[in-house]
Amino acid sequence: MEKIVLPDIPGLSDIEVYKQNGGYQAIKKALGTSSDEVIDVVKKSGLRGRGGAAFSTGLKWSFMPKSTDKPKYLCINGDESEPGSFKDRQIFEFNPHQLIEGIMIACYAIGSNTAYLYIRGEYYKWIKLMQKAVDTAYENGLLGEKMKETFGTDFHCNLYIHAGAGAYICGEESSLMNSLEGKRGYPRVKPPFPAQNGLWGNPTTINNVETLTNVPKIIEKGWEWFSAIGEPKHPGTLLFGISGHVNKPGVYELPSGTLLTDIIYKYAGGIPGDKKIKAVIPGGSSMPVLRGDSIEGVKMDAESLRAAGSAIGTGGIMVMDEDTDLVKVLARISKFYHHESCGQCTPCREGTGWMEKLLHRMVEGHGSKRDLDLLVTVAKNIEGNTICALGEAAAWPVKFMVERFRDEFESKMSDHVQHEMPNEVHSMRHTQNPIAPVTL
Amino acid sequence: MEFKFTEENLARIEKEYAKYPVKKPAIMKMLYIAQEQNGYISGEVIQEVARMLEITEEEVLGVVTFYTMYHQKPHGKYHLQVCTNVSCMLRGAYDIYNKIQNDLGVKNGEVTADMKFSLEEVECMGSCGTAPMIAINEDFYENLDAEKTMQILKELN
Ligand SMILES: Cc1cc2nc3c(=O)[nH]c(=O)nc-3n(C[C@H](O)[C@H](O)[C@H](O)COP(=O)(O)O)c2cc1C
Ligand code: SF4
Ligand code: FES
Repeated sequence: MEKIVLPDIPGLSDIEVYKQNGGYQAIKKALGTSSDEVIDVVKKSGLRGRGGAAFSTGLKWSFMPKSTDKPKYLCINGDESEPGSFKDRQIFEFNPHQLIEGIMIACYAIGSNTAYLYIRGEYYKWIKLMQKAVDTAYENGLLGEKMKETFGTDFHCNLYIHAGAGAYICGEESSLMNSLEGKRGYPRVKPPFPAQNGLWGNPTTINNVETLTNVPKIIEKGWEWFSAIGEPKHPGTLLFGISGHVNKPGVYELPSGTLLTDIIYKYAGGIPGDKKIKAVIPGGSSMPVLRGDSIEGVKMDAESLRAAGSAIGTGGIMVMDEDTDLVKVLARISKFYHHESCGQCTPCREGTGWMEKLLHRMVEGHGSKRDLDLLVTVAKNIEGNTICALGEAAAWPVKFMVERFRDEFESKMSDHVQHEMPNEVHSMRHTQNPIAPVTL
Repeated sequence: MEFKFTEENLARIEKEYAKYPVKKPAIMKMLYIAQEQNGYISGEVIQEVARMLEITEEEVLGVVTFYTMYHQKPHGKYHLQVCTNVSCMLRGAYDIYNKIQNDLGVKNGEVTADMKFSLEEVECMGSCGTAPMIAINEDFYENLDAEKTMQILKELN
């Protein structure tokens, strides 16, 4: 199987090696056609966003207004903070120039001269690696004004890296734009959508890092080639990051539609001690959990996973063996979403706090069956009642984990569970002081 | 005490300004640079950044408190960030976290008396495939267990 995003070419992060392997030829080819043609090719290829929502990339680009006096912007989402996701980091390290070339092509397609690559602040090393690659591209006349001379056209674009500073919510696209503008990273109410009213009120497109890294290959080899890989409705390869209880965790680039069990057993080497699987979260921590006894035959693409009762998300697969305490896992997940809620919407701000508190009490062995119902009610009251999808991201794990593992949760409600989690419930963004542990 | 950026850092900030059509987006990098230079974000840092960007101190404080990587009190020489999120937790992150708390005698958000270490429990750092992990200042240490972690800390001086 040919790899598109992370090919096995030693030293590919070096611009010379990248060029020897056909690098920076796709942008040349794209510049030889019209921007509409580029959008058309990407649309026909069937490429869908790798940032979580799996929306058609070509269609998204076509929403950008054609005739406008306003500057247009491209934002590239490298916030990668969803627990279980660690794929974009591999691109920064091993194939940065293909990302840069993808950004150049996207800028040309949407008519933008300015791109901002937003990378989470904790990726200290990868920000530096990426900055080095961008600097090298400038030195080689591939970015900036010099581009005009290099490619003999009047198109040029600039690429800047903007580092985050620790906030999961800044991966949400409108929060990302506020953060880029130097504000608190609050998500914006939609509509208006970014293509009409984005960065500084101007037309803006936001794409994930992996999404754009696919683009040069699509231009180079044609949409027919790409659309024939993997599942027809969600074609191409995906970067599957697999973690938790497997022998060989890591990122595996495989065609969409690869069997989940193949990823776990064939590629990630199975479960330590040959234990059984209790649960798998297939797309990053906010996606609905699947029972271990229901993953047989489940394929990894957007449609198949929806049919199986979950979602592809970022392709971050978290595997939990039969000995895993799911109450603890869910408590930890809920602590995360409470900590990361920006606090603008009451259902999310308060609901995530209540879910954490209830789960915390369950971990301590003081939960009752009534608490379990209350927990699900709180989750359902968040869903659909918030400005951004962090509400769902927080509600889904709770709703589906309790529903699908009701037996285990109920059995833990009377048993005494050893207290191991830190006994504090706090949220950085709402208050300077930790909220006191609750006694209800 | 008044805070002023060094000449070298002012040059770095000039480069940031050049990236954007307005000055304000440079705030994130400015705060990060200020923290590097000053050790933490003090009231004086906030005053100076507000003055330079021509925005209110409240706006600057709003940004400082939103992002976890800005801190308003000094950290230890080595700032330990321990990820305890699910992928790390499944592979023993709490053993590491508890061992550090125990052996260094610090809890989340605290600094050792000699100011050598400070501890922070953090959310997923994008090292789930090489979990569990800790970050020490800007360096990631991956595939750890409690023993290896303490060995790494011992070798720091
Ligand atoms: C709470 C939240 C966090 C998100 N985090 C990320 C992220 O870290 N990276 C990312 O690419 N998309 C993230 N997204 C999705 C983005 O909003 C957006 O859909 C995506 O970047 C679009 O790019 P794509 O079409 O190429 O997938 C997040 C969404 C939400 C609601
Ligand atoms: S849903 Fe949560 S994270 Fe999203 S805007 Fe509302 S409070 Fe903020
Ligand atoms: S869960 Fe610890 S790095 Fe992702």
